[in-house]
This record gives sequence, C-alpha cells and structure tokens, in this order.
Amino acid sequence: MKPRLLELRKAILTKNDTLAAGLREDFRNRGILVLNIVSSPGAGKTVFLERTMEALIEHGFRVGALVGDLQTDSDARFLAKSGAAVRQIETLGNCHLEASMICDYLADWDLQGYDFFFIENVGNLVCPANYDLGEALRIVLLSTTEGEDKPLKYPPMFNSSDVCIISKIDLAEAVEFERRVAYKHVQSVHPMMPIFEVSAKTGAGMKHWLDFLIKKLQVLRAETVKA
Amino acid sequence: MHELSIALNLVELAEAAAREATVTHVDAVHLQLGVFSGVVPDSLLLAYELATEDSLLKGSQLVIEELPLRVFCPNCEAEREIENLQLLECPDCGTLCGEITQGKEIKLSFLEISDET
Repeated sequence: MKPRLLELRKAILTKNDTLAAGLREDFRNRGILVLNIVSSPGAGKTVFLERTMEALIEHGFRVGALVGDLQTDSDARFLAKSGAAVRQIETLGNCHLEASMICDYLADWDLQGYDFFFIENVGNLVCPANYDLGEALRIVLLSTTEGEDKPLKYPPMFNSSDVCIISKIDLAEAVEFERRVAYKHVQSVHPMMPIFEVSAKTGAGMKHWLDFLIKKLQVLRAETVKA
Repeated sequence: MHELSIALNLVELAEAAAREATVTHVDAVHLQLGVFSGVVPDSLLLAYELATEDSLLKGSQLVIEELPLRVFCPNCEAEREIENLQLLECPDCGTLCGEITQGKEIKLSFLEISDET
C-alpha cells in the first residue's frame, strides 16, 4: 500500500461564497443596497436598525429586512414597527447566518422596487465574519457600553466589516467611554474604516449616517447603469 | 462555535473529491487555516471527529497548517508578515496596512490516501 496525495486546493466555504456572489449580483442588478449588520448581543442592533429603516421610509425609500434570531420573533415584530417589510430567520441555535438561508428566505420574496435591504445577523462577533451573505456593506456595531477594546478582541470581524457604528453614544459620558481609544483600536485592525457615532435613542448622528447610506445607494445605481 | 459548520463543509468537499477519485480510504486531510480566519484549530479538530462520524473520512486525521497573517504595505510596496493580530502595522515602517494578502484562508489543500490499487 503506497500512500499518495490527492491535491485539492479548495476553499471550504466555496459553496457559501458562490451563493453569496450570486445574491450580490442579483441585488446589484436590481439596484438594491444590501447591508449585513453584525455586533455582539446587546449592542443595540435592533433599535438602531428600526430607527434607520423608519428614517429611510420617511425619505420615501422602500425598505426590507431579514432578521436572524435564535429563538424568538420579538426582534422581527419590533422592526416591523418601522413600516419596513420584515421577515424573521429562525436560526434555531445556529450562531451565524449563511448565504443559503438568505436564498431560502428570499425565494418567494420579490425584491423588485426595493431600495434598501437589511440583514440583521445573529449577535456574535466571531462566526458571522466568515460568511458572506452577498451584502454590499457589512456594518459592525460597537456600543459605548461594551468598552473600547472590542475591536482588539475580535480583529477578523472588525477587519471584514466596511463601516463601524459606535452606538449608544448618548451614554458615552456616563460610562466614561474613551472615544480616542476606541477609534485607535478600530483603526489598528482596520485602517481607514469609516466610523459613525450614533444614538438611536436621541437621534444624534443619525442624519450623517443616513446621508452616507443614501450616497452609497446612488453610487451603486450609477455603477449599475454604467455596467 | 461555527467550527462544526466549517467541519461539515470540509467533510462534504473532501468526501466528494475522494469519491470522484474513487478513493476508498483516506488517511489524512490537510487543511490550511489562516490565523485571521477566526476559526479555532482545537475546536475544529474536535468538530472534525464529529463531522466525519458517518463518512468515508471516519478515522482519518485532520492536519492543520496554520498560515500567518500577511499584509501589503503601501509604503514599502511589499508584503509583510504581521505577528500581532491586534495591530496591522508594517513591522518595517510602522504604516497601518489595510490590505490583507494572507491569513483568512480556510482551505482544503490535499488528501493523504492509501487505497489498494
């Protein structure tokens, strides 16, 4: 018996990456800006998302969302208050969303005519980093109450994200949040990443964030037309 | 803990490749794992045992080759290895580097097989 080697050189998540690439192309062709929102549990993803969607709808945009939640549908019900079309993905204990889940949940949802589509990932700063969902932008939330060192504890997550939102900025002073240190930590694992400071509660910083999103949508559409 | 999910994907790929090559016994599966992949090697080894349970790969060994983090330094115009995963700074000139060239891999490299032919 002579041992031999069978060369493969294949990425393990090829299947997920292929599905995600297909989703991305489809979203692009339809001119929909898709965002994948990640954070640790309790960073304020749901409220932030609700306010963001509500404001976009007020601006006249059509908005939808898929919400990953371990067991409950409370997040989905809360988000529906924004007026957006919301569906819940019950992950049944899974620690992250995968592209195949997005495909399944969108199979009978015609997104034609939508402007923004949000995917709220499972609250977890490790696992979702590896799974491309076909999003145009990955948004990582860092709340002032969590401490400034989160980026250093989860470098791949912060590195793989495109935008960092510092949430609960209204509590910054109360929890002695050190803004300078937080910025330094974000930049040390992801140089030049755009950072927005917001408070979903007071509305502070929301306008700046919304302007950014609308600009991104315009850029996406301009590129789609060119292509 | 997404290591089980990674392991199941790995087993699916490796098993398909083995069957395609009409291999009946796999001794070892070699995987390249970047240190910036977010996957914990020990957890993956544990998950691998579970994931191979009812497969052609049962009893095979998972061999993990860890790949260091490498970035492209725009200032040096060269690739640099980074040891501190919390600070993507060029060891030569101190520039913060955003472009990762290696370290995120989760890649099946090859199978060691010893079938009787």
